[in-house]
Formats: sequence, structure tokens, C-alpha cells
Amino acid sequence: MSEPRTLLAIDKVSKNFGRVTAVDGISLDIRENEFFALLGPSGCGKTTLLRMLAGFETPNDGRILLDGRDIARTPPNKRPVNLMFQSYALFPHMSVRANVSYGLEMERLPAAEIRSRVDAILSTTELVPFADRKPEQLSGGQKQRVALARALIKRPRLLLLDEPLGALDKKLRGAMQLELKRLQHEVGITFVIVTHDQEESLVMADRMAVLKDGKLLQCDTPHAVYEHPADRFVADFIGVMNFVPGKATTDGVVAANGARITGKVPATLLPGASAVASVRPERIRLFPEAQTANRISGTVEALAYQGLDLQLHVRTALSPKPFLVRVTADAADRRPVSAGDTIELGWDAADVRIFKD
Amino acid sequence: MAPALAWLTALMVVPCALVLALAFFRRGTYGGIEYTFTLENFGLVFDPLYAGIFLNSARIAGTATLIAVVIGYAAAYAIAAAPRRLQPVLLFFAVLPFWSNYLIRTYAWIVLLNREGLVTQLLRWFGYTGEPPSMLYTEGAVIAGLVYNYLPFVILACYAPLSRLNPELAEASRDLGASALTTFRRVILPLTVPGIAAGAVFVFVLSIGNFVTPALLGGGRFQMIGNLVYDQFLTANDWPFGAALAMALIVIMLLVLMAQAIAADRASGHAAEARSNADG
Repeated sequence: MSEPRTLLAIDKVSKNFGRVTAVDGISLDIRENEFFALLGPSGCGKTTLLRMLAGFETPNDGRILLDGRDIARTPPNKRPVNLMFQSYALFPHMSVRANVSYGLEMERLPAAEIRSRVDAILSTTELVPFADRKPEQLSGGQKQRVALARALIKRPRLLLLDEPLGALDKKLRGAMQLELKRLQHEVGITFVIVTHDQEESLVMADRMAVLKDGKLLQCDTPHAVYEHPADRFVADFIGVMNFVPGKATTDGVVAANGARITGKVPATLLPGASAVASVRPERIRLFPEAQTANRISGTVEALAYQGLDLQLHVRTALSPKPFLVRVTADAADRRPVSAGDTIELGWDAADVRIFKD
Repeated sequence: MAPALAWLTALMVVPCALVLALAFFRRGTYGGIEYTFTLENFGLVFDPLYAGIFLNSARIAGTATLIAVVIGYAAAYAIAAAPRRLQPVLLFFAVLPFWSNYLIRTYAWIVLLNREGLVTQLLRWFGYTGEPPSMLYTEGAVIAGLVYNYLPFVILACYAPLSRLNPELAEASRDLGASALTTFRRVILPLTVPGIAAGAVFVFVLSIGNFVTPALLGGGRFQMIGNLVYDQFLTANDWPFGAALAMALIVIMLLVLMAQAIAADRASGHAAEARSNADG
């Protein structure tokens, strides 16, 4: 397989509003045909970065290269990039058809071509029965599809989506995540999605970037970000993580109570430095074998049955917060536990991640 | 409800009915009213001489409306685009002239426009040595006075829909490839037409019946209906004809207001229909 081609290169881009730095020297490469997610808590700069890609903000510093050409100062109507707005921003005085054809009318295409392309995209997005409706006559999911159709019909090099599923209820959101992913494969357009929902980016993205305070913390596949977070913030932000604070040693972390957690210590962390050992809830086993590297006993405080699996809150001497443990439903059936039980937890050294604290 | 109804009856319905009744009588030979029924006052309204004054008034009011809408919309646009916390201050300045008397504001224009007024002095200061331009007592002066006096109505009427407009709509238009001008023409303007219509009706209705501005700035040479009515009552002493003219004016105003109400109702009717369709 050949090396994937870079479509968009964000090169040391910074943006400040007065004295507030929204985006601070971010560099990122987005590849042709990938589904890329910009993830971070609110105020992390992801929306500002997206608006710079769309052309609504101009970076104070750095370059934005699309197919090798710097578009940082190109106005929004002159770049082959389209944005699907969080509010959808459908034109309220125009029908669905007029909304969708607007972008092609701006390109001054022949009426016949506009008509056939609009018909095609309306049927792809299953909007044919609503073509003559006004936006206010549509449901949330329908509006979202109109916004998507209106942006996709332009056949942009890059489609930006600002919290595209934010306005939808949870069930519809799940369906639309898969729908978006299917559509992206079908049209072969590079998608960049902005979201604060880490689950959404894990499900949809081929690669994701985690931002905080205007800085890029990590950019990798969802699997790599989940399994090998770059720092404590990423580890905490993506998924659920149990943390044990303490001091670094050569082969792990010593907790405040003297217990040792064995795991690989990053080379940058010197022995004695403040460190935190962490382990994912699904990596923890109940009733571990004797040779398991890390074992600790604790008291079950609460159980949450979630159909597929069982979540336990286990109070241990390792950390002020109870440990979260996820066991599969059939494992729980084989050896039932109940609240108040004292049980032993164990996990392998390979599942421990150690960060600077 | 009842006090409002009493108020309206005493101050609106009764005076209007009296004026209407007056229009059906004859003028006495030496002024006064001769109480014999006639329709000739209404016939006289359609006399080319007076119909011409109606048309002239409509033209002047229409011109003032057009200019006021262009300036007022631009001002409202600029205010709506200003930082949020500045907007109330700017609006306050826009309506500030309303706090002074209409007559005084109109007199101020005489000070500006007369032969040795401020405008002429300004021109001289820039080195102009010719004849002072005649600006006062022209139709232009009347139009300027009307525009100036009624501009705040347009600014307020246009500011409301402009400030409520979701800025992402303009961004979406730009994103889809439209220039700033096309975005204005196809998105911003159509969505703010109700404000323009409301402001325009205000200016037109208030202008067409105005008599102070044409009297002061037009120097009595540019008769509008308002002056004509004023003259019939106070100079010619022909109250019945004055009443017929006033009634004709009221009918014109009502027609304009009704047209606007129907248009606005149709627009909101579409919206209501749209909502019920969405529910169904």
C-alpha cells in the first residue's frame, strides 16, 4: 500500500483574539479521504481552528496548505472547503431544494446540471419527499441531512462538520454516526469533524487530534490514543481511567500507602518524581491469578448492571476515588459479586500507563 | 378593554365622524357651513388641480420614503454589526432627535439651508465665491426635512430583524461560494424585508399627510395635501371641502396600512401553515 497522501497541512498555526490565544502553534496533517476528528473540551480552540479552515478566521501566524497551496488568506467563497454548521444555518426563506442548489447556482452551472445533481444528492440523503418544504417544516434529523446535502453537493476537497450530531437525541445520534461514516466512504471526501464527545470520535474517526488550551496534545488513530494516551489529560479525557497517584520508581509507581504498581515508566520520568499510574476499567480482572503483576484487594461499593457488562465501584487503599472495574456479563454470572464483598483486583504490567503528574 | 374603547371613541371615532359629516355639506357664501346635503366636495377632490396635488404629495412622500429606507437600512445594518454592548448606545443616538420638538428640528433645517446659512458658509470656507445656492424652499428641502424627521422609524424598524438574524446564515452563504454582495441580495435582504416594509409605511403615511415641513421648508410653493387641508380650514374657510380632502387622505393612508397588514399577514400565515404542516 502506498503512503497516504496529505491533503491539508496545518503548519504552526496560531490565532489570538486580543490577549486570548485560541490556537497556539498547531501543526497537523490531514490525509486524503480520511475521517478526521478534532476533539477537546469547550474552549480548547477546536472551533477556531475549524473556522480558520473554512476561512471565517485568519490565522495570526502559520500556514494552511490545501494540496500544497496556502489558503490561510483565501476568502471562504474561494476555497474548495465546505462547512456544515452546528446550527445547520439553513436559509429559512428557501425550500430544501433551493437550499441545496444554492451552492451550485453560485458556481453558475447550467440549470440542467444543477437539477440532476440536486436530484441525486436529495435521493442519497433520502430527502426527496421533503424537497419543497421549508426548513421550519423539518425535524432535527431532516435538517441535519439538508445541511449535509447542501455542503456535499459542492464536492469539496474537504468537508468540515461542526458538532454535527450535537442537536440530535442520543438514539438518533448513534444511527447518524454510522450514517455519516457510510456516506463519507461513499462520496470519497475528506471529513474533518469537530466534537467534544470523545465517544463520537472513537466511533467515527480514522484519526483524531486531542486539543487543550489551544495546543495539540496528541494526534493518532482512536486505538492508539485510547491505548497509549500522550499524557494524563488525554488519558482522563478519552474513555474512563483509574488513576493511582504516587512517586515514580524505575519499574513503576509507589502509591502514598506504599503499595507498588508495576508498569513501564517513560524515560522522561526520573525516579522520585510525582507520577500517576493508570489502568482502564476493562483491563482489570476480578480474582486474578497469583502471578498477576498488580494485585490489590478492595470493597465493592456499588454495582451498575449495563446489560452487556457490569460496572463495579471498588474502594481500595490505592487512591482516594474508588476503582472502576468493568467485567463482562458472563464473567459476572460465573462468579457473582455483590455490594459489600471484599474482592481482589488484578491487572498486568503491560496494561499500566504511567504519566507525569 | 372598555376604557380603551371609550378613549378611542372620544378621541378618534367622534372627531373623524364629525369631519366625515362635514364633508357632505355645502360651504356658506361667506364662509361657514350651509347644512344642505351634497356630494360635490368629493367630486372636487378628483378635479385635476387637486388630484395633481395628491399625486405630487405621493411622489414627494415616495421619494422621501425611498431615501429614508436606503439611509435607515444602512444605519441599522451598521448598528447591528457593531459590538453588542455598543448597540444600545448607537440606537439611543439614532432616536435622540425625537426628544426635541418636530417644529424646532424643522426650523434647524432653515438655519442650515437658507441663502446665508451654514451650508453656504461652509461652501465659502472651502473657497466658493459664486451666488449662494438656492436650497431652501425647494422640493429637495422638503424631502430632506421629511427624511430627516422620519429616519429613526426606519432605523428602528430595520434594526429589529437585522439584529435577530443568525450571523451563521451569512457565513453559510459565503461558504457555499457567494460573494458578500450576493449574500446580501439573496439571504440578508429577503430575511429583513418585513422591517423595511414597516419602516417604509411609517415614513410614507407620515410624509403624505405632513403640512409643517412643506410649509416651512417648501415655502408654500410646493403644496402637499396637508397644506391644502390646512388652507381650506384656516385660509379659504371652506371646511366642507377641507373635510373631504382630509377624508380622501385618511382613505389613502388606510389603504397603504391595509396593504402592508395583508402582506405581513400573508408572510406570517405561510409560517403558521408551515408549522401546522410540520406537526401533521
